[in-house]
Amino acid sequence: MSEVIKIKKGLNIQLEGKADNVFGQANLPEHFAVKPTDFHGVVPKMAAKVGDKVKAGTVLFYDKNRPEIKFVSPVSGELLAVNRGERRRILEVVVKSDGADAAEQFETAKVGELSKEQVVEKLQAAGLWPFIRKRPYDVIANPEETPKAFFISGFDSSPLAPDYDFVLSGQEEAFQAGIDAIKRLCDNVHIGVRNDAASKVFKGLNGVTVHAVEGPHPAGNVGVQIHNAMPINKGEVVWVTQPQEVVAIGKLFTEGKYDANRVIVLAGSEVEKKGYFRTKLGASISTLVKDNVKDGNLRYISGNVLTGTQIEDDGYIGSYHSQVTVIPEGDYYEFMGWATPGFNKFSVSRSYFSWLCPKKEYRLDANMHGGLRSFVVSGEYDRVLPMDILPEFLFRAILVEDIDKMEQLGIYELAEEDVALCEFVCTSKQKLQSILRGGIDLMIKELS
Amino acid sequence: MKALRNLLDNIKPHVQKGAKFEKFHSTFDALETLFFVPNHTNKNGVHVRDAVDLKRTMALVVKALIPALLFGIWNVGYQHFIALGVDATFWMQVGHGALKVLPIVVVSYGVGLGVEFMFAQIRGHEVQEGFLVSGMLIPLIVPVDVPLWMVAVATIFAVVIGKEVFGGTGMNIWNPALVARAFLFFAYPSKMSGDQVWISGLTKGEGVVDGFSGATALGEAAAGSAPSASLMESFIGLIPGSIGETSTLAILIGALILIYTGIGSWKIMVSVFAGGYVMGLLFNLWGANPLMEVGALHHLCLGGFAFGAVFMATDPVSATRTEKGKWIYGFLIGFLAIMVRVFNPAYPEGVMLAILLMNTFAPLIDHYVVQGNIKRRLKRAKIAA
Repeated sequence: MSEVIKIKKGLNIQLEGKADNVFGQANLPEHFAVKPTDFHGVVPKMAAKVGDKVKAGTVLFYDKNRPEIKFVSPVSGELLAVNRGERRRILEVVVKSDGADAAEQFETAKVGELSKEQVVEKLQAAGLWPFIRKRPYDVIANPEETPKAFFISGFDSSPLAPDYDFVLSGQEEAFQAGIDAIKRLCDNVHIGVRNDAASKVFKGLNGVTVHAVEGPHPAGNVGVQIHNAMPINKGEVVWVTQPQEVVAIGKLFTEGKYDANRVIVLAGSEVEKKGYFRTKLGASISTLVKDNVKDGNLRYISGNVLTGTQIEDDGYIGSYHSQVTVIPEGDYYEFMGWATPGFNKFSVSRSYFSWLCPKKEYRLDANMHGGLRSFVVSGEYDRVLPMDILPEFLFRAILVEDIDKMEQLGIYELAEEDVALCEFVCTSKQKLQSILRGGIDLMIKELS
Repeated sequence: MKALRNLLDNIKPHVQKGAKFEKFHSTFDALETLFFVPNHTNKNGVHVRDAVDLKRTMALVVKALIPALLFGIWNVGYQHFIALGVDATFWMQVGHGALKVLPIVVVSYGVGLGVEFMFAQIRGHEVQEGFLVSGMLIPLIVPVDVPLWMVAVATIFAVVIGKEVFGGTGMNIWNPALVARAFLFFAYPSKMSGDQVWISGLTKGEGVVDGFSGATALGEAAAGSAPSASLMESFIGLIPGSIGETSTLAILIGALILIYTGIGSWKIMVSVFAGGYVMGLLFNLWGANPLMEVGALHHLCLGGFAFGAVFMATDPVSATRTEKGKWIYGFLIGFLAIMVRVFNPAYPEGVMLAILLMNTFAPLIDHYVVQGNIKRRLKRAKIAA
């Protein structure tokens, strides 16, 4: 084990509604969906028609610009609907499950005997390639590039996040198989683990470099770990994936099946019975939250409260998410809210009296607590971004679309999740994640 | 509360775009958000937000200014009755001070907010809260006998030329309150300097006890005599001067509020005082005239130094925005303030000019800090390659 990466800047938002490490019981839902909007830069082109019978692993759609990147059904059943939004953009491809668990059969193989190209081909055929993403830009990896490393964050430090040590217990073999396959793609595999946790799954692995990381969120963000272990310079590429996706990759090679099984955590202040659930990618959350949430106007989030996507109470879990959070919507007017003592208000500044109780857990809602303003307060972002980057100047460069400056100020090292905390603390309520994505999209467009 | 909400909901449709009273949209919006934090929720990006907003931030700065304001009100009365040679009770002093100071506050806020609302309406923006602080700063940095119409003119100048021409709150180069003061100083110097303006009533020639000068401590030193106020008197603030600047003690209470809540930059405050102290020490060594001989610590308690360090230099918009830059920026303000103070023959105060000058150079300082970051990144790439 190499030396410990100590993260000093950051913030743990103390939210009410953390799930204990227990499994809950819930039936699998009838409907599953793959959402093309989860994958940045993908232009979906349908490969199956409504009414077609599909199996787990059957291709539903592919990327128009890179047809070899395919997206597959998580379950067997019938393609029920293609839901479109404005300008006929495909939002959801819904599959009605028949409960039979039939799956496309792929050839099992000893990864040791395969070349990089063969592994890539197998992952693409089975619809697993979209789970390998790259930095810079946080988009699906390009197999023609040669990454300098493959990085996996072994823990999630965001609010109410799943505990991967718990999620992965019992999956050690599949995880190692996944790592073996990944090593064919790039021999230099790194895993970041929490310094104070046991992390049995990760520490017992062969052929990886383990980095112990400690500190507050965003210590678990893979981008932060990469920055501290081996910062990305211009022209370099690092591929990343998430722990449960490594298991799925492993199972493709050992069992020959597309494995859509995921453990997700259901958490948040408005959930009655919180806990972990065994479900599948793209599952509707209806069976999880029905009769299991408190009254009131609620916000359902696929993912965590910082980076997740808002969904309906029968919406679908995002492809990269292992978490469902439910919080109050907060669409109320608050009388003189900015002038109250604010014992119940969470703030990084000590401008509300809640600093008197540092251990308190908060029931935060989705209210913005103010209106959009210009950048006024300085130095806020620096305190929650543990990277050698000047976030405010980078955002300004993005806003004026100055590509050179964006590059010089380190846009290659950032993904939206890394600046989510900056957005959280922003006094002026700026939408920093979408500003950053705008900058990244511009870089991709101009430099390709 | 409920009734007020209903009232606002009833008015709201009439001030929307295209409705009869759309001219009042910004005004209505400002009042509505003053009474009620809006029901807006996050749509994409983060789903939860820190409870702090610009209203809260600005309101806290105003709260931090209150000790200086209250002390200023009392001190105006206290100095007035000393000048008259009349024994007055505490409440007489406060009463006189309030009569003199509160109209200035009302004019500053009334005129400034009026201009802000107009600009917000023309631009179709929400009213931003920046002026909440500027409107309180302006009364505190003018001499008490300044005519109210001058305050009004200076405020309009500050808001329009100092802020709105650059794009409004968050875009300005200089601190608007200091722009107001600089405007007054250069346009009406006789009302902003000399021995007469600092104590209410002196300019009108009301009966003054024999031998009373009314000069500020710095004025005395510039004229060639050691300041008559002791260090302790200067620290507590029992001296003539602009309304809010005399009491270093009251200002430090404000500084504690700003630093503890995390709203004011302690780096800037500390480095301004450090810069001033170092320059003061250097002048003490030189010691060519009475101003140079004023103790370094004493310098920090005189004139507007402390007020400028705590409330003016820390304005995040016009200050440097990088953390390293803040040290340099603050130190140079303190350093230059004392230098200007000692070398300027016409007017023995340099804080205003030092801060305005460093406001101008803040982007340059930031530029070098940013270049440093860029160079580090490039160097890293070369090592890797």
